[in-house]
Amino acid sequence: MNPNIEQKGYAHPEVLASTDWVAEHSRDPGVRVIESNEDTLLYASGHVPGAVHVDWTSDLNDQVRRDYITREGFEQLMSRLGATADTTVVFYGDKNNWWACYAFWVFQLFGHTNARVMDGGRVKWEKENRPLTREVPAYARTEYKAPERTDQPHRAFRGDVLKHMQSGGQLVDVRSPEEFAGTRMHMPDYPNEGALRGGHIPGAKSIPWARAINPEDGTFKSAAELRQIYCEEKRLSAGDATITYCRIGERSSHTWFALKYLLGFGDVRNYDGSWTEWGNLVGVPIER
Amino acid sequence: MAADYPRSLQSVLDTFELFPDPADRTNLLLGYADQFREVPPEVATRPFDKSHQVPQCESDAYVWAMKMPDGTLKLHFAVENPSGVSAKALATILERSLSGLPADQIAQIDPSIVERIFRQNLSMGKGMGLMSMVEAVRALARRGLGT
Repeated sequence: MNPNIEQKGYAHPEVLASTDWVAEHSRDPGVRVIESNEDTLLYASGHVPGAVHVDWTSDLNDQVRRDYITREGFEQLMSRLGATADTTVVFYGDKNNWWACYAFWVFQLFGHTNARVMDGGRVKWEKENRPLTREVPAYARTEYKAPERTDQPHRAFRGDVLKHMQSGGQLVDVRSPEEFAGTRMHMPDYPNEGALRGGHIPGAKSIPWARAINPEDGTFKSAAELRQIYCEEKRLSAGDATITYCRIGERSSHTWFALKYLLGFGDVRNYDGSWTEWGNLVGVPIER
Repeated sequence: MAADYPRSLQSVLDTFELFPDPADRTNLLLGYADQFREVPPEVATRPFDKSHQVPQCESDAYVWAMKMPDGTLKLHFAVENPSGVSAKALATILERSLSGLPADQIAQIDPSIVERIFRQNLSMGKGMGLMSMVEAVRALARRGLGT
């Protein structure tokens, strides 16, 4: 189905869809292609034919509390997208699929495991000169039934992270080296969102998220290349529990995806509280 | 108290106020992005001089301000990131509404116009880059004033 992806040696190649596959199946009734970006204008400016838009702020996050939508919210979202429990959802987006992986991760909290990410995202689709349209598709509304959100297998909270750190568990900080070192409080070109302290969680290994991708087309590196980075250079073990974090959990969901599905790490969770929480917590240990 | 904007810019802001519906505002912004005109070759060619690059803008935007014989400024922009739709929209708005004004007026434009224009289309990183575009225009205008 995805010959190039099958040859890259991933533990779960079925979670990736090639641009060829998406071009062929984007309008299949059982497939819903979902674009998720940081720039909310990007989908409207042109998207994969048949694709719908999911905005990470307004669609996936609770609008009052810092948390994700509830079961009811997810049911409303999926019903609006015309999806059923059997629909294969395929995410793609800008910034080398940051937000696509983030949306994929949130969907896993609701058990929608029939999900994929289009390898290479928008950048590959555009570089291949594939068609983009401004036509917003209208799919018949469904009555999607979701289970209660189950955070535990995929999501780490601050208490989990503290215990994990104290027991010497594997932590991966995917932010820039400057953020890791505490010399910078936020991403280059991004505002400081209010972390009062800089640095990293003690014991965390610095592996910026972008190391997982091929910069020329946004695709994920092969399993052998990923293994070289994460397992050999950084000495992570696929058999040990791992927690990834960044600033709000979006970049780290990209690394979560790579570790869990491409390298087959058995227990990996994303700490979405990330540095905007840890850097403000009173009394927690910080390393610089 | 409402800021006192040049009439041309106030007109743009008023137009956005007429469209409370997010979808309408998105289309309005897209319309501006579609009309984006890159800096003409007689002003600048690639590789662009880094001194004209807007700091902290992910869309890799550049801005130039040419002093016209009547003492007003003419703005030009380039946006190198093909996904920089918002940057192109703002560049078009700034180029159209501020070109032809004297430098002292341009130097006083409040970067918060970005929030009024983009509203729900303003994401965390993008907001900073777009406000930096306004700041870069202000800086050029101040330079035009000799300050």
